[in-house]
Amino acid sequence: MTEAAAHGAHPPGFAHQFEDMQQQREAGNLGMWVFLVTEILFFGGMFTAYIVYRLLHYESFVTGSHLLEVKFGATNTYVLICSSLTMALAIRSAQTGKRKGQIIFWLILTMIFGALFLGLKFTFEWRHDYIEHIVPGFGFQYRPEWGSLGPGVQMFMCFYFFMTGMHAVHMIVGLGILTVLVIMTARNKFSPGYYAPLEISGLYWHFVDIVWIFLFALLYLIGGRY
Amino acid sequence: MSTATAGAHDGPPESGVNYLNASYGIKSWLLTTDHKRIGLLYLVSVTFMFLVGGLAAVVMRLHLVEPQGALLEPETYNKFFTMHGIIMVFFFTIPAVPATLGNFLIPIMIGARDVAFPKLNLLSWYVFIVGAIITLGAILSGGVDTGWTFYPPYSSLYSQSHVAAVAIGVFITGFSSILTGLNFIVTIHKMRAPGMTWFRMPLFIWASYATSLIAVLGTPVVAITIVLLGLERLLHVGIFDPAVGGDPLLFQHMFWFYSHPAVYIMILPPMGVVSELITAFSRKRVFGYSFVAMSSLAIAVISFVVWGHHMFVTGQSIYAGLVFSVLSFMVAIPSAIKIFNWTATLYKGSISYEAPMLYAMGFIGLFTMGGLTGLFLAALATDVHLNGTYFIVAHFHYVMVGGAVIAYLGGIHFWWPKITGRLYPERWARLAALLVFVGFNLTFFPQFLMGYMGMPRRYAVYPAEFQVLNVLSSAGASVLGVGYFIPLIYLIWSLRYGKPAGPNPWGAKGLEWTIASPPPTENFLTPPVVEEAYNYSGTGGSHD
Repeated sequence: MTEAAAHGAHPPGFAHQFEDMQQQREAGNLGMWVFLVTEILFFGGMFTAYIVYRLLHYESFVTGSHLLEVKFGATNTYVLICSSLTMALAIRSAQTGKRKGQIIFWLILTMIFGALFLGLKFTFEWRHDYIEHIVPGFGFQYRPEWGSLGPGVQMFMCFYFFMTGMHAVHMIVGLGILTVLVIMTARNKFSPGYYAPLEISGLYWHFVDIVWIFLFALLYLIGGRY
Repeated sequence: MSTATAGAHDGPPESGVNYLNASYGIKSWLLTTDHKRIGLLYLVSVTFMFLVGGLAAVVMRLHLVEPQGALLEPETYNKFFTMHGIIMVFFFTIPAVPATLGNFLIPIMIGARDVAFPKLNLLSWYVFIVGAIITLGAILSGGVDTGWTFYPPYSSLYSQSHVAAVAIGVFITGFSSILTGLNFIVTIHKMRAPGMTWFRMPLFIWASYATSLIAVLGTPVVAITIVLLGLERLLHVGIFDPAVGGDPLLFQHMFWFYSHPAVYIMILPPMGVVSELITAFSRKRVFGYSFVAMSSLAIAVISFVVWGHHMFVTGQSIYAGLVFSVLSFMVAIPSAIKIFNWTATLYKGSISYEAPMLYAMGFIGLFTMGGLTGLFLAALATDVHLNGTYFIVAHFHYVMVGGAVIAYLGGIHFWWPKITGRLYPERWARLAALLVFVGFNLTFFPQFLMGYMGMPRRYAVYPAEFQVLNVLSSAGASVLGVGYFIPLIYLIWSLRYGKPAGPNPWGAKGLEWTIASPPPTENFLTPPVVEEAYNYSGTGGSHD
């Protein structure tokens, strides 16, 4: 049986409940994909609510969209796409058996891009919004030019902070995962035969990235600004 | 269920090492990653929650003995029915079968050593416990009065009770459900033993698979809905407040998008249990195996497109109502396929009426009642009359209690010898099964009548003309309570004094009956090879 072979060899990272590494790798990958499906539904709920309200309060939501600074969003989009590239390169390095220093280099670069994204978002963009008094619950002020659209604009901003906030939470979790991966790499846990944690964490990171692409389009770009 | 060749009967003898005596001490339980021990952790937790939720029901039924209410202030009554609903739905019926029997049985039934992610499995129990503690804490410190459905704008703007804390508890518990579902999906896909093809899987596995799909797809949506509600309650930005352009109906749509499928999270695993019970006690391969298997998936798929039938009278468009009505009727088709196939399995079977079979027969009758009365509610015109009355209460209790709880009890009895290695006292068990059946019907059948005559649900007082029916219902509840209490006593008693069960006390088929009772920690000492599902031919049990 394959079991005997697997138990005899004890490859690194092998968990007892599986028959062999192949089964373990497939299970890990499927597990992450199923998790990402739950994430799609999680964000999907928000996107649905956002789209419904956008249809109900079209004018307000367009006004709200125009309050956002595209330059922040666009820069962050660029930063995140770069981080996805470096994440993929980290996995590639492990797969092809490169030195652990190289894997760590790409992982840390990914973390820097991730931190840059959050830094830009919190210290520039959200601070800017706070000064402009467009943060619901924290000194939100109606502007005279909105007229009766005020409550709708506030609701747009509420969705904006809620959705990008949830995304930021996922980014922070991702940074935590990357930290663990750096430690695991430093301790020589990975080899071309076993790099599953890198691979499935990569899936997560790319997913969070893709969610941002949708957020950027639906929150910043939509609404006939260009 | 299936025939195992290699390593079938080489489990250790009863005195040998098994998962219960492999290690001792509280730490060996709280840090276990063994799916069987985690199943038992869930068994203890959900039983406790069932007692708490049941206690709330007892108080409600006592209160309703008198038309003006015998015990509680109306505000307190609101808190009691809310507590009953939240605990019974989120903390008992949703996790009951999947997390206890599912955890214990799924890896064994498919011939695996454990679930795919054992640590995640333990984590999901801890998540459940954290959610339960937060919810119970909120209930003890004053409770919540919104009903288990948390409808805004009452829950977001007006309720003075602990809505946010309870919502956080339910939100957290949802992740337990997601993680368990994820674990089961991967386990069933990737961990099956050689020869365990999809169409040789026990029907309990099919039902658990369909359930896990619903849990994984639906729960995230209710999670985000609850977060939106919490946000609305904290910041009052008007997401669900019509005064500033919000839409309370959006909450209902998103809530029922999960909570209707959640009904099938609650009933599909019990249906899987009943499939196993019927085939085991008829000593006959289940009739129309692939239809029963596929009907589970069909129910899972249809469950996601029927949520609007909860909202026929809310101002939803009449065309949406028509579509939801038709789709809701369609759920009857796969449900009926199951009922007919179980009945056909009985035909010419070699039937015996041990306690699990009594529960299974009870399930068939009561679920049929619950299902058919559901059609009254799926029809637009009758729903206008029956919506918000005790008819609905009776309908979903026939499904949730007459269906889910009774099948859960049947399953616990059926697999008790496997889980503990001990037999329960059969006479007491049959008595309890009959008491549950009689008590249940006496409790809830009168509620169909009250509802049809117009008594609204969730009211602390009622017109005197309904008193006879209410007293009958309360009397039934006390019989039902005794029926629940007896198994609690004798099952605990049997842990020490029950007769040793042996590997297969029922002569049932299936991998779990080929190994020792209780099973060894690694389940199978040599990996099983499966050749056929439900092979009851040639066992001398079948009449033909």
